[in-house]
Formats: sequence, structure tokens, C-alpha cells
Amino acid sequence: MNKIKSLADLKKLQSEVQSKIKLRENGNNSEQLVQIKVSMSTCGIASGAKETLNYFIEELERQGINAIVTQTGCMGYCYAEPTIELTIPGKPPIVYGYVTKTKAKEIIEKHIKLNEMLDGIIPIAYSSIDN
Amino acid sequence: MADFNMHILVCGGTGCKASQSELIKTNFENQIKAHGLNEKVQVVLTWCFGFCEKGPIVKILPDNTFYTQVSPDDVAEIVKEHLIKGRKVNRLLYKDPETNKPIGDSKGMDFYKKQLRIALRNCGFINPENIEEYIARDGYTALGTCLTEKTPNEVIQIIKDSGLRGRGGGGFPTGLKWELTRQSVSDQKYVVCNADEGDPGAFMDRSILEGDPHSVVEAMVICGYCVGADKGLVYIRAEYPLAVERLKIAINQAQEYGLLGNNILGTGFHFDIEIRYGAGAFVCGEETALIHSMEGKRGEPTVKPPFPAVKGYNGKPTNVNNVETFANIPVIINKGSKWFSSIGTANSKGTKVFALAGKINNVGLIEVPMGITLREIIYDIGGGIKDGRKFRAVQTGGPSGGCLTESFLDTPIDYDNLLAAGSMMGSGGMIVLDDTNCMVSIAKFYLEFMLDESCGKCTPCRIGNKRLHEILAKITDGKGTLEDLDKLRMLSTVIKDTALCGLGQTSPNPVLSTLDHFYDEYLAHVTTGTCPAGQCKTLMRYSIDAEKCTGCTLCFRTCPVGAISGEKRKVHQINQTLCIKCGMCQTKCKFDAVLIG
Repeated sequence: MNKIKSLADLKKLQSEVQSKIKLRENGNNSEQLVQIKVSMSTCGIASGAKETLNYFIEELERQGINAIVTQTGCMGYCYAEPTIELTIPGKPPIVYGYVTKTKAKEIIEKHIKLNEMLDGIIPIAYSSIDN
Repeated sequence: MADFNMHILVCGGTGCKASQSELIKTNFENQIKAHGLNEKVQVVLTWCFGFCEKGPIVKILPDNTFYTQVSPDDVAEIVKEHLIKGRKVNRLLYKDPETNKPIGDSKGMDFYKKQLRIALRNCGFINPENIEEYIARDGYTALGTCLTEKTPNEVIQIIKDSGLRGRGGGGFPTGLKWELTRQSVSDQKYVVCNADEGDPGAFMDRSILEGDPHSVVEAMVICGYCVGADKGLVYIRAEYPLAVERLKIAINQAQEYGLLGNNILGTGFHFDIEIRYGAGAFVCGEETALIHSMEGKRGEPTVKPPFPAVKGYNGKPTNVNNVETFANIPVIINKGSKWFSSIGTANSKGTKVFALAGKINNVGLIEVPMGITLREIIYDIGGGIKDGRKFRAVQTGGPSGGCLTESFLDTPIDYDNLLAAGSMMGSGGMIVLDDTNCMVSIAKFYLEFMLDESCGKCTPCRIGNKRLHEILAKITDGKGTLEDLDKLRMLSTVIKDTALCGLGQTSPNPVLSTLDHFYDEYLAHVTTGTCPAGQCKTLMRYSIDAEKCTGCTLCFRTCPVGAISGEKRKVHQINQTLCIKCGMCQTKCKFDAVLIG
């Protein structure tokens, strides 16, 4: 990585990464990817988030489903760890709670493959500074 | 294959379930089938929306329609009107409480404004180990603006105008703190981030560091620029290994990208950050004790003044801010002080992160605008009290805080109101208590914590708290007297007035606060020897209901001390002098024949 040497450099990098992410989220091509974020703070990991993350990575790869699986911080739903956020291209993100391996399997088989939602969605109930 | 283009989300939280939300789901499924829509529309049950008072809730995707107080009989109408004809059912839509107009798209609902994420803006959104994801979310823009377009005094003025106050508990105006450190003349100054989160049940700072460490790094550089420091130190407890790891990754990445180190963004400004580990002592959250601990000395507080802004780490001017305070800074710079100060109450601006714990359905991390009421937090966000029990109190401010009772449910929460109510903002732990929590035991619990954490330097804290604890233990054992209650108050006041530091001075707060609000409960313990909440085991009396007992002998065989006697198929008895109140007989009895009273 080259060092960012000025504010202009920073802004350039910013627009590069932003468009990269935008492409990932809103792109209309066939390469749009399913995105899964696994909440991986101490509490999530203690409840098994690492196993969930690994399962998603391995199982999606095994089935040849192109997806981005990443870790993120605390989503705030401590009562329902492990939690994940699933974004199917073109659709609003859906948060699931208590995502054990069994639940993860169901999510892949039903929600990702058939666009069939599962019981156990956590309703998002906050506004962020973006809107 | 089904190709769903519409999803109906039915709330399956405890409250809504009690109002037949499962039947609502079944009705939807039947109606959808009857209309031949089962390949197009899917019905799913969700976890609690948190908006239980308006439940059962039904949300329809993708158009974000939010129906409240839906009954199983309403389903047919929703299916016919909304699903088939595409017309929303007005009478069931959520109505704006001010204008009373129905809101079609839930995005415009004030319900979503109850939680506003500023400090938590990136938590659970970006990958905390990837600086580019932070940069994509306007990360380091605030730093760039400050370094290239604003003088330190201008930045300080923005922070002052925003009205931001310290989120660690004290609520000291952040901008003023920065200004004081700036005014101190010295060859070397420091910026310290206080990540020594010690209140039991509080985990806001850990979550921010684990979910968005760059926001803290960025803010520390900005602070360094303003106060004239080139060195930052994060004091973090070693028992937060993941937060430490993510913070280290963030610092390394920022160095790699040239956002930390020499000549940041080509402006000639230098700043670097190091991590210092704490061993988890509660008192080290106090800034003078924290500084001593960083210097390798005993973590003991000293009298202020001199304030750290004048004489801090290594005797040099030091600006100490809490993690959450720092996390707010970049947003204030980016969005302006006016925007920030438009949120909150007259003297408490912005939002506060709270860790909701205890007897509440949606245990979790929330960020709410200052001025929200406890009722909104507990019932509109927290999903109400667990198992439908009765609300008793909320403990805020940790071991130095106090209890807020039912009468404070509608008081707007801010620094001043909490102090006036005999508690404090603290770092943001909120422990919800219900009618099975004995308030004397709660006071005893916090005092035990303080006994462990007292450094022992001054007598009132070292010995006074020990005596307080003994009296409380005597009361929960049923051996307390009326005089003990007076003694409790007297001793608490003396400790408050004479202890050396903040830890000692605030340690009797849980006792005083429960004495004030729950005197009846103390009275019940000392006069009738009963614990109204049924928590004090030694005050309980187990007996056997002669009508229900079948003489199965199970309790007789279970009792570890042989306190139960009786013959087969005859009513059993409990010998009260032998009984150790372990409750085994009650757990084992299959006929609910063991009574507690």
C-alpha cells in the first residue's frame, strides 16, 4: 500500500473503495454476489460465531455459490447471538438471530437458493446517520 | 418452484405471541393459499420488533408497510386489499403520534428514530479489520478536513458548539477539556483514550473497539492536533483480548496508510498511538488513577487539581477521553456542530450508547438520543420485561450509580435528570430489575464489588464499606433490626463525605438509593423477617401442601440434610430447624406440593 500523502489522495481512495462497494451491492450484472456479514465481537464468538462463519465459507464454496462472507462488529442483538446479516443482490438486508450451523444450512438452502425467508428474522429498528 | 415477490413478517416476540401472532401467521397462510398466492407470498415469524405496546406487528416487504395491533380477524382484509388490490389498509397502519396521520412506509416512522446510531454507526456494518471499509464510510475525512482546512482552535470551537459531553460517566464538556489541555504550555503533551470499562454489565466501549476501532484512532489524531500532542495512548484492560487485537490491527493499518506517524497527509503533523494494558481494576477508570497505572505506579487516584489537562502522564498535560466520546468526534466534524446539537436535550446533546441487561427481553446494545424516556427504552426498544413480569427498577451508573423506579419511567434521560433522580449516567450500563429481584440483595451485590475494588488507602472506604456490607448481610439473613436501617444511612453518609476518591465517595450510592426508593422492602426484612421478592433464601420457609402431597417420598429421598420425614402415601413434613433452604424438594416435586412463603 502506498501511503496516503494528501487529502486529495484520501478522497481518491475513498471514491475508489466506495464505487467498488457500490458495484458489489447494486451492480446489475450476473456477477452480483450474495453477501453475508457475521457479527464477530467477543460475545458473538463466545456464542459460536466463528463456527458459523467457517460453515458459511466452506459450505458456499462446496456448493459453488459465489458469495462474500465477512466478519463485522457487534450488531447489538446480544440476546440472539450468533447473528448474521444476509444481503441478496437488489434486496434489503435481512438479519437472522441464533444462527447455528443448522440454521446456517437452512439459510443457504432456502433463503439464498430459493429466496424463501426463514422464521427468526430480527427486525432492524434503528436509523443511522446516513439517512 | 416458488418465486416469492412479497414477504409478510409477523412478530413472534413474547408480547405479540401472547396476542395470538402465531394464529395471525396461520390465518395469513390459509388466506394466501385460498387466493392461490402461495407461490408468490411467503409468511415468516420474526423476533421481537421491540414495539410491543402496539403489537401484534405485521410488516410487509418489499413495500415496508407497518401494520400495528393486528388481530387474527384482520388478516382476510389485509390479504384482499393489500396483497390482491395493492391498497394499504389504512386503519391498521401505524399513525404518527403527533399528526395522527397513518404512515405507509415504515421508514418514515418515528419508531425508527428512537434509536440513532452515531457512535455505533459502523458497528455491525463494516469489517473492523479492514481500513478501506472504514474509509469508504467517510472514514478519516474528518481528520483530513481538520488538518488541511481548520486551525486547532476552530476544531475545538466545533466540539464546544456541538455540546458533546464525556461519555465515560462524568459528563464534562469535551470541547472545554480540549481547550484546557491546549492552553497548557509544555514541550510534550499526551492524548489518552480511556478504554478501562469497569462497570458490571457494561460493554459499550468494548463493542466500539471491536466493531469500529478506526473511529477511535481517527478521533485521537484529531484530538492530538487540537491540543498540541504528538503521542496517543490507549489504556485498555487486558481482559479485552479481541478489542486489543482489532485495535492493534487498526493502528498498524493506519500507520501503513500514512494516517498515523510522521507528516500525516503531507501536513507536517506527527502523531502516533501506543497501547497500554490495565489489569482490570475498577478504580483505574478514574483518570488520575489511570495515569498512575500507565506510569507503572499503583493505580490510586490523587486529588484534583492539578487536573490531567495541566499535569498528567509523566507530569505533562494530558487529555483523557473515553472511547465512546472519541467515536462521536469524526461525525461531529463531518456533519457539523449544529447537526449534533439538534439531537438531545438542552444540556445533554447527541446520543448515548446503553448496554441493556437484566430482566429484559431484548438484551443488547442500543444507541438512543438523549432525552428518550426509560419507558421508551424498556418497552419500545427492549421488548418489555422478561416473562411478562412487573417492572421494578433500572440500575444505571454501575456501582457508583443508583436505582430508578417506576416513577422515573417518563423522565427524559440526560446527565442532569439522572443526577437529580439520585443516579447517574455512568458509562451506560442499564440493568433492568423485576419483582423477583430483592433490592437489599442488589445493594449488597454492588457493595461486594466495591469491597473487592477498594484500594484500601483510606479508612472510610476500606472499613466503612466492610461494615455496610456486614449490616446488609445481617438484614438478608433475617437478623437485622430497625436500628440497622438508621445505621446504614448514617454510615453511608459518612463514607460519602469522608472517602478520599470518587470510588469511595460513590460506593454507598446503591445503598442510599435503594433505602430511598425501597424502604418498605428493607422494613419487611427487619420487621417481619420476609423477603417480598422471594430472593433471600434464608428468609424463606418451605412447607408441604397437605392436599397436594401424594406421599411419593421423592422429596424425602432428595433432601440432602434429612429434614423431610413421612411415610409412603402419607403427607410429608419439613423440619424447619434442619432445613437449609436449598429448594431441592421444590424442584423435584412433581405435584407442586412444596410451598415457599
